[in-house]
Amino acid sequence: MIATVDPLYAHGVTLAVLLIVLIKVVVAFAVLLNAVIVMIWFERKAISDMQSRIGPQRWGPFGLLQTMADGLKLMLKEDLIPAEADRFVFKLAPFLALIPGFITFAIVPVGGTLTIAGHPVLLQVANPPMGILLMLAMSGISVYGVMLAGWSSGSKYPLLSSVRASAQMISYEASLGLAVVMVVLVTGSLSTHDIVTAQANGVWHWNVIRLGVIPFVIFLISITAELNRPPFDVVEAESELVGGFHTEYSSFRFAIFYLAEFMNTITMSAIMVTLFFGGPAGWVPNVSHLRWVFPILWFFVKTVVFAFSYVWFRAALPRFRYDQLMDLGWKKLIPLSLGWLIVVAGFLIAPAWGFAMGAVVLLAWTMLTRAFEIGTTRERGAEAVLPVIGARPLPPEVLREITDEGNV
Amino acid sequence: MIATAYSLGAVAVFVTSAILIIVGALGVIVVKNPVHAAMSLIMTLFGVAVAFVAQSADFLAAVQIIVYAGAIVVLFLFVIMFLGVDRREGVRVEPLVGQRPLAATGVGIVVIGLVALMARSHWVTGAMSVSTKGAPLATGSGNVSQLGTAVFTTYLYAFEATAALLVIAVVGAIVLARREHSLDEESA
Repeated sequence: MIATVDPLYAHGVTLAVLLIVLIKVVVAFAVLLNAVIVMIWFERKAISDMQSRIGPQRWGPFGLLQTMADGLKLMLKEDLIPAEADRFVFKLAPFLALIPGFITFAIVPVGGTLTIAGHPVLLQVANPPMGILLMLAMSGISVYGVMLAGWSSGSKYPLLSSVRASAQMISYEASLGLAVVMVVLVTGSLSTHDIVTAQANGVWHWNVIRLGVIPFVIFLISITAELNRPPFDVVEAESELVGGFHTEYSSFRFAIFYLAEFMNTITMSAIMVTLFFGGPAGWVPNVSHLRWVFPILWFFVKTVVFAFSYVWFRAALPRFRYDQLMDLGWKKLIPLSLGWLIVVAGFLIAPAWGFAMGAVVLLAWTMLTRAFEIGTTRERGAEAVLPVIGARPLPPEVLREITDEGNV
Repeated sequence: MIATAYSLGAVAVFVTSAILIIVGALGVIVVKNPVHAAMSLIMTLFGVAVAFVAQSADFLAAVQIIVYAGAIVVLFLFVIMFLGVDRREGVRVEPLVGQRPLAATGVGIVVIGLVALMARSHWVTGAMSVSTKGAPLATGSGNVSQLGTAVFTTYLYAFEATAALLVIAVVGAIVLARREHSLDEESA
């Protein structure tokens, strides 16, 4: 929507405006990087607590500086490039994983609107008209980081991992996109600023409640799969794939992958808050100054809750098997999100349409369940095929001996 | 005639996107390694997206990245990875005899056609103005609603036909991929 572009540029781009934008970019960059450092420490510490361990404790108070020490150590390590690697792509891939996280964070509204030197400043780096679509585009791009890293390593396990990863990420992008579409549908705008302002008037206006909780759940599951975080981390399943797509990476390039993973986790928590939990919306006390601080605090608190939920997932849930993961994505989440989308669209026109669509979706759901049932209980194997031929090529006891049944 | 209308910023954006598009497109056909070629293709797609943004077609730009760069080229890469990139194709032997002169003729015809179009109208697409009805993208009610209205009113039949075609393609792909081996094949 063209009407919602940044009010900062309304009176032309002057030096002051340029400076403000520059400051916003630098601040966002610095905040995100520091957040990653704290997030890594937080994850390690929280998981240690859940597993009755102490966790990092040597560097700084409560081990806060452990991440810095690890980062420094990684940078001082030898940077290896395998002989079989495609050197250019091998060097490029970590950045393809990192940059989408940064760019996505640019559209997250962190607070309300400030007035600096007479200029209205939105507390988000950019408010592009394509809005939340930028996040979908960037999550599409981040597939390349994983995929090319695995391929360019010139090694078997990373390649397997990257093929898994790209299949997984593409599959879950569909349900992710549909969940975003529902939010866009009730807001009537793509811009993240509009999405947040539409939820500003109290908890009942938050999209998580307005849309029914289902879209949020779909989004949460899809985004966890998109991030390759546990329980969907088949990409780096140690028991199957050594270290996953970054097995061959070392030193600084490995650090970048590590950074990218945690940065994406934070960014996606922030996106979730923006889409479903009103972003910076919340109770603001009636004080004369510093009113603008409270939205930022609310945003921070909400984001931390989701960041913690990711850590919790990691500590509590066992890893999905690959086929279970694909089943969940294609057979459950995508039909569910499509159905819910139709119901939401119906209710936006009139309640009667909403209920009608609900009935249609229920009917479709039962048919789909029946179809899956037929598909999974279909007779397979020798028993289904052999009667058709009429005669068995081998006597049953020989057959049984050479197949698994004989060994049991 | 044309040069007066553009500001320095617009020209800079256009030149950047044009360089991205052309370098990427040349990369696709020049580079030997198929994965590098696919990456050049992504570069071209990004250039096109920048060009879309410059024309206020933000939605198209986003869709360009999401669909083409985010899904289709990923599928290309998928296929390349599965087939094995190390297998270089021998270009010495022509699989189709006489395809090169035919291709050259085709390129010649297209170039002549484009030049003729450029000479006759302002836009290379041949359209005399960008917006068909209603306001142009930059001032109208927004990308999404304009596109939605166009797709679900003016171009409804084309839209539905495309949808049907895609469904048929998906069903066909699944039928082909999941074909169970017939009994004759197994006994033979």
